[in-house]
Amino acid sequence: MRYLPLTPQDRSEMLARVGVAGIDDLFADIPADRRLTKLPDLPLTKSEIAVERELGRLAAMNVPAGSVPFFVGCGAYKHHIPASVDHLIQRSEFLTSYTPYQPEIAQGTLHHLFEFQTQVAMLTGMEVANASMYDGSTATAEAVLMAHRVTKRKKAVLSGNLHPHYRETVETVSRLSDHLTVVQPRAPQGESDILAAIDNETSCVVVQTPDFFGHLHDLRPIAEKAHAAGALLVAVVTEAVSLGLVTSPGELGADIVVGEGQSFGNALSFGGPYVGLFATRQKYVRQMPGRLVGETVDAEGKRGFVLTLSTREQHIRREKATSNICTNSGLCTLAFSIHLSLLGEAGLRRLARVNHANAVKLATMLSDIKGVEVLNKTFFNEFTIRLPVEASSVVERLFHKGVHGGVSPRRLEWEPPELHNLIIVASTEVNTDEDRAAYVKALKEVLA
Amino acid sequence: MNQQGRPTKPIETVALTPSTFTGNRALRIEEALIFEIGRPEVTGVDLEEPEGFALREFASSLGDLERKAPIGLPGLAEPEAVRHYVRLSRMNYSIDAGLFPLGSCTMKHNPRLNEKMARLPGFADLHPLQLGSGGAIELIAELSHWLCELTGMPAVAMSPKAGAHGELCGMMAIKAALLDRGEKRSVVLVPESAHGTNPATAALLGFRVEAVPARPDGTVDPEEVKKHLSSDVAAIMLTNPNTCGLFERDVVAIVEAVHAVGAYVYADGANFNAIVGKVRPGDLGVDAMHINLHKTFSTPHGGGGPGAGPVVLSKALAPFAPLPFLVTDKEGPRFVSQAINLTIHKPFGRMCAFYGQMGMFVRAYAYMLAHGADGMRQASEDAVLNANYVRAGLKDLMSLPFGDRPCMHEVLFDDHWLEGTGVTTLDFAKAMIDEGYHPMTMYFPLVVHGAMLIEPTESESKASLDLFVAALRDLAMAAKRGETARFAAAPYYAPRRRLDETRAARQPVLRWVRPEPVKEAAE
Repeated sequence: MRYLPLTPQDRSEMLARVGVAGIDDLFADIPADRRLTKLPDLPLTKSEIAVERELGRLAAMNVPAGSVPFFVGCGAYKHHIPASVDHLIQRSEFLTSYTPYQPEIAQGTLHHLFEFQTQVAMLTGMEVANASMYDGSTATAEAVLMAHRVTKRKKAVLSGNLHPHYRETVETVSRLSDHLTVVQPRAPQGESDILAAIDNETSCVVVQTPDFFGHLHDLRPIAEKAHAAGALLVAVVTEAVSLGLVTSPGELGADIVVGEGQSFGNALSFGGPYVGLFATRQKYVRQMPGRLVGETVDAEGKRGFVLTLSTREQHIRREKATSNICTNSGLCTLAFSIHLSLLGEAGLRRLARVNHANAVKLATMLSDIKGVEVLNKTFFNEFTIRLPVEASSVVERLFHKGVHGGVSPRRLEWEPPELHNLIIVASTEVNTDEDRAAYVKALKEVLA
Repeated sequence: MNQQGRPTKPIETVALTPSTFTGNRALRIEEALIFEIGRPEVTGVDLEEPEGFALREFASSLGDLERKAPIGLPGLAEPEAVRHYVRLSRMNYSIDAGLFPLGSCTMKHNPRLNEKMARLPGFADLHPLQLGSGGAIELIAELSHWLCELTGMPAVAMSPKAGAHGELCGMMAIKAALLDRGEKRSVVLVPESAHGTNPATAALLGFRVEAVPARPDGTVDPEEVKKHLSSDVAAIMLTNPNTCGLFERDVVAIVEAVHAVGAYVYADGANFNAIVGKVRPGDLGVDAMHINLHKTFSTPHGGGGPGAGPVVLSKALAPFAPLPFLVTDKEGPRFVSQAINLTIHKPFGRMCAFYGQMGMFVRAYAYMLAHGADGMRQASEDAVLNANYVRAGLKDLMSLPFGDRPCMHEVLFDDHWLEGTGVTTLDFAKAMIDEGYHPMTMYFPLVVHGAMLIEPTESESKASLDLFVAALRDLAMAAKRGETARFAAAPYYAPRRRLDETRAARQPVLRWVRPEPVKEAAE
């Protein structure tokens, strides 16, 4: 087997050195009546060619996003990733290193995580960010738990326009950790009366912007009401590129900003691995979940970086830790950081403007089709259209015409019925005039 | 060829290490932060304006929320970015570069075929909510089948994103099953040698954690477990093989006792690499176990993730598996993503958005296909043999806390043998760095003093282990001879000397901030 260096000769010499007669003597502690006496009922070892053939067969059954006019978003976005990003993250020293527990020989990882933390803090308008969570949805759940710790309350108010998967992730952990959630009704048109739901038992208000339907939210009145009630405002961003063009949640009064960082540097990869962003104010740092990298010096006075404030973490505090998280999204943070370093301020602003411009252009074209209505007054690169007919079958018929036209919200939640005629449409820098024309043509045909 | 006619002569080398102007040491180059080398107006990404569309003039739909203040992000041209990250990479130790014996972390070789497969556009460029993704679903179904076969369990929840997330998933299933029975139990038993994630997970779900002490041989005593059992116990979280590198030989008696009071057995699968193809957790009576695909099934650790932590579930817990879950009917496998029109399934909720760590699934499945049932069993046997070979090579110099008996895929030493030398476990670990090795896991598990947990994995050749053992023997003898200087100030040759972690925690600097402009000296 090509991955195993020991030869039969090596094995017998080593067994002799260990002082046992055979390999099974080393497994003697396994109860004899439970040991496997034959191989599991699975195929035997395969050559590299055979493995490639099988995985190639499965991959070929899928339609890559880059091969068609593609307008699907809702928490994962098709962006162009510069070639150098994937090349650099495949450096052995990044790809095959461990969590940086030995800082003297992990400065590469620690240094880039310190840069990542700073980039995330800058983007979100916050003071500190951690070294990542698994993804945006789990980061949101962790933010709610952190708000409970900070406020010593246990009720979270969730916007109805929070991504349904995020909402379910928060509801699940809340229900099973004996906390409460109050969910506002869905508001595809964008209006919301979330202010009325905030009371003196509220630990936090969770608002996504741009929200699930693409609407942007001015967080200032929500922050004001939350703070007056002693609650925190948790802002959720599922499209991180929006932060290049939209005022950051930190500037609008958010206390915790969480988000999905996939848009920078990370492939769609059918939903994971992605990278959860988690940023907050300095005064809450000791209640944060997850790993933090801090600057220090070594014995010769040279600047260096270490994992720090680990007394919050499970490997030190065990049942008193702020979270159970251990492994996070190391390599995905690197991809995020490299892409954002390449963009820089100028490149990010331009990327965000092109995204917005493409979406505005598409929204205008779609709204010109008879029977199609764009619901958004505000949006970044994603908006919602209402059709005169049930939408999930339209998405399917568009697909058969070679156009990935967006997401029917029914794909994520069956009810309420007012969602049935909607499609959530995303447009990024990868879309061309030809893509847009193809979409308009196909939609006209389907609706005709 | 700038040295033509001027061959270097090693004889000219002198025993002197002069300082350099740059602070660099030849290939070891000091690197600044991107915030110190980048500039906001520089970019490494060119992007055309959409054709026929003046970017500056389009009608914005941002309302009054357009960003006004600068963000402060630095930009790097592509050559600058490549150089920056290549230089950083060279300050990292990695499994590709050397033996990485970090106990309970399973730092095995990461086959490059797996990277290539995960990057096929049919997998990498696939949106979780798009149509036309049948091949991805089929791959997840196949991987699920392999995981169920290898563990002897009937069901698997694929979405958890890492080991601790899998623990959370398994314990949520247990809590949901208890609630479904109309019971609210409050205690979870956790052996003292467990990973910190176990008690942290139990506590997150509102359980009270009771520690179960180990018996003198390092394993859990069923009689001790029975003392803690009652109708208020929800579960035991058992790592097997445990973190002392030992198989819990009384696992069947423990499982039976736990089940007898109506509680469940959660198994921490961190050490599954020792037993693949040798014994199946399902045959031991386990109710839930997470599998770290980034350990046993070789998906790269990436400097701390991403991982993947699917959870296999027993028949009792399978109905409570979270959304989305796979079902297979006559039309093939499909995901159930919403709790509508369900009959047998009672999903406890959802762990995260979408389906889990698809990129890791592709890599793990490529690993499994490549090894096959026979190769995986061989890998486990080699992992165990390698650990025992290291044990045999060091046991006369270093102390085994639980006596001279075979270990599983990792061998645990304590610091008893260092008593009186003035050298600590930490010092010893740092001296290993100078010898070109990543240190073993140190001070864990907590049940022995000054723990050193060595897991060589099956990826090491005999020659590699021979050199490793010889290096550790040399260090051990130096410690015993009282050569404390070699240890106390180690590492000498790493990119950094020992770092001041106390200062980092006392005065936390968690991000770069633009330095205040330096005022001119008095004029």
